Amino acid sequence: MARFALALLPAALLFAAPAFANKVFVTNERGNSVTVLDSQSWEVITTFPAGNRPRGITISPDGKELYVCASDDDTVRVFDAETYKELHTLPSGPDPELFALDPSGNPLYIANEDDNLVTVVDVRTRQVLAEVPVGVEPEGVAVSPDAKTIINTSETTNMAHFIDASSYKIVHNVLVDQRPRYAEFTSDGKKLYVSSEIGGTVSVIDMSATEPTIAKKISFAVPGILPEWLQPVGVKATRDGSRIFVALGPANRVAVIDAATDEVLDYLLVGQRVWQMAFTPNEEFLITTNGNSNDVSIIDVKAEKVIRSVQVGEQPWGVVVTPD
Amino acid sequence: MSKVSLTLAVFWLAMLAMSVGRAAEVKTAVLRVDRVVGPPISRLDAPPADLGFAGAMLGNEDNRTTGAFTGIDYTLKTLAVVPAEAVSALEALKAEGIGLVAVVAEGDILKALAERAGPDVLLFNAGARDEALRDADCRPNVLHVSPSRSMLSDSIVQFLMWKKWTRVLLIHGSHPEDRLLADSYRKSAAKFGAEIVEEREFEDTGGARRTDTGHVMVQKQIPVFTQEAEDHDVIVAADEAGVFAPYLPYHSWDPRPVAGSAGLRPVSWHAAHEAWGATQFQGRFEKLAGRNMREEDYQAWLAMRVIGEAVTRSGKADPASVRAYALSAEFELAAFKGQKLTFRSWNGQLRQPILLTDGRVTVSVSPQDGYLHQHSPLDTLGIDAPETACQAFGG
Repeated sequence: MARFALALLPAALLFAAPAFANKVFVTNERGNSVTVLDSQSWEVITTFPAGNRPRGITISPDGKELYVCASDDDTVRVFDAETYKELHTLPSGPDPELFALDPSGNPLYIANEDDNLVTVVDVRTRQVLAEVPVGVEPEGVAVSPDAKTIINTSETTNMAHFIDASSYKIVHNVLVDQRPRYAEFTSDGKKLYVSSEIGGTVSVIDMSATEPTIAKKISFAVPGILPEWLQPVGVKATRDGSRIFVALGPANRVAVIDAATDEVLDYLLVGQRVWQMAFTPNEEFLITTNGNSNDVSIIDVKAEKVIRSVQVGEQPWGVVVTPD
Repeated sequence: MSKVSLTLAVFWLAMLAMSVGRAAEVKTAVLRVDRVVGPPISRLDAPPADLGFAGAMLGNEDNRTTGAFTGIDYTLKTLAVVPAEAVSALEALKAEGIGLVAVVAEGDILKALAERAGPDVLLFNAGARDEALRDADCRPNVLHVSPSRSMLSDSIVQFLMWKKWTRVLLIHGSHPEDRLLADSYRKSAAKFGAEIVEEREFEDTGGARRTDTGHVMVQKQIPVFTQEAEDHDVIVAADEAGVFAPYLPYHSWDPRPVAGSAGLRPVSWHAAHEAWGATQFQGRFEKLAGRNMREEDYQAWLAMRVIGEAVTRSGKADPASVRAYALSAEFELAAFKGQKLTFRSWNGQLRQPILLTDGRVTVSVSPQDGYLHQHSPLDTLGIDAPETACQAFGG
């Protein structure tokens, strides 16, 4: 990758802010594969097999190891981000779907839907460090920027559970709307956004109060779209604290939210059944996975416009971009 | 829910927990009333001993997991009785202080139970399909988590219209419930523009359903029974009593698909359904029960989850408060059908998508695309507010 970036350097110098090409990894839930894209040309570099029903995907802070939830294999598969070779697997418990890596790169926090547990796995020793009992059907996982708190959302209990990262004990529970799927902190850690797919809302949880409380619930409305299909799933916050992007599932839209007021500013039309999203490291672009149109949409973050879509494998679900 | 009401709910939960000096207890029960019937046509359909109970147990487990975080304890009692003992069984549950009861029973029995239950008990109908219970005979102390006949027949006819299979040969049985179902199909056909080109009645002449002679006679009887019918695209079978419908596919005189009580069936749930997170739900049930989930199990699970949501969100556990919250605009329930389920406030019926299955896979889910409604597309299934004769809900 370094050599590739070097070759592009003369061209990059023409721009005010030189953008380096990064690799974009997209899991194809039905295709049982990962598609690799170039974040500058948006060409498909390659596609490699990733086990059965790959969904959640993340990458180590050094960009070397790729972690993929192979849901139907009941394991997390670890791949070399350069060679795409499978290195080993991690004990995940059954049916892993989403997870979050500690900002330091270790450990990995995995939601196990079948067992009502969050499994904490050491990615170096490949040992299970702890199993934290949570609500029914745990799904979304997030780690606070200070790495002190792990958030897990449970889809049938309808709670965000706040887990102390040192004791692995639940310290708070916040009731949110039906089927909470994803949790995302602002970069300053002051707010937590939790999407409720069936409830159709995003709860904004104030983290600066004495204990986490819901400050607001964001709801959505798009002319011509039945309210039932406005189903928030993936959430991403910009590092500068200005914008929140929310993937609205079968509404085929990404909502753009002003992070200061938590008001919806706009809806961007993307592909069909949008699941998850990831920024490029400089946050110039946001990539969305569109499960029913077998493509990803590329959003120009500053312009708040969809600039193109790229065909990937069958039923794309998760996405991650290599760090610089 | 606003921040204020959420804070209030947490406050009430705390009060609820404090009021008994330890974890508050929400007592629930499932009362199943079994009529003695012969074996079903297919032995695969034989009811398991824990029918409905296992679903309620899973719902109770789900509530208990949530309750562990909110300081609320949920208990479940399961009871199976014969019709003659139904009322005394309900009295016994009342005497134990159980005021939230899911009932898996036929319509006439549910009606008798509702009369006896009084205002201090809230019943959840997790079995009976009868339209009248949601209409002229509705009772204020009954919420229906089971879909009605008209919701089921509307689901099928919407699909037939989408397929442009609009000419229907309706074959119904001779039992009262078969005639009610046939009437429901007539109304659905009129509602969505299908044409019932001919009707035939398959009379139940009695006799054993299981014989050593097996399929040989069926293979001769059904073609004769269905021959020389008016031109039709599809056969719709109305056979709630379970006497003949499974014999129709492949045996009809004209090669036509079968829907209704056999072939493509409208159901609240079936064990092959996997969309919308259902796979994990099926897995949890199978781990608990050691068998596949039936409709009665799903419906009993729904009853428990309605109770759980109402208690968690309102912070109150008495039957009147559970009823009020369930019927309010705040109530919503995620139940593995792709959208939130809510109650019709005018008759206490839970709105829900209906799965259409061939017994192996989910073929489709109704309401079908394009059936629109001013409030919810789910209200294109079953009796709608302007038509209701139900008075007990202030409608």
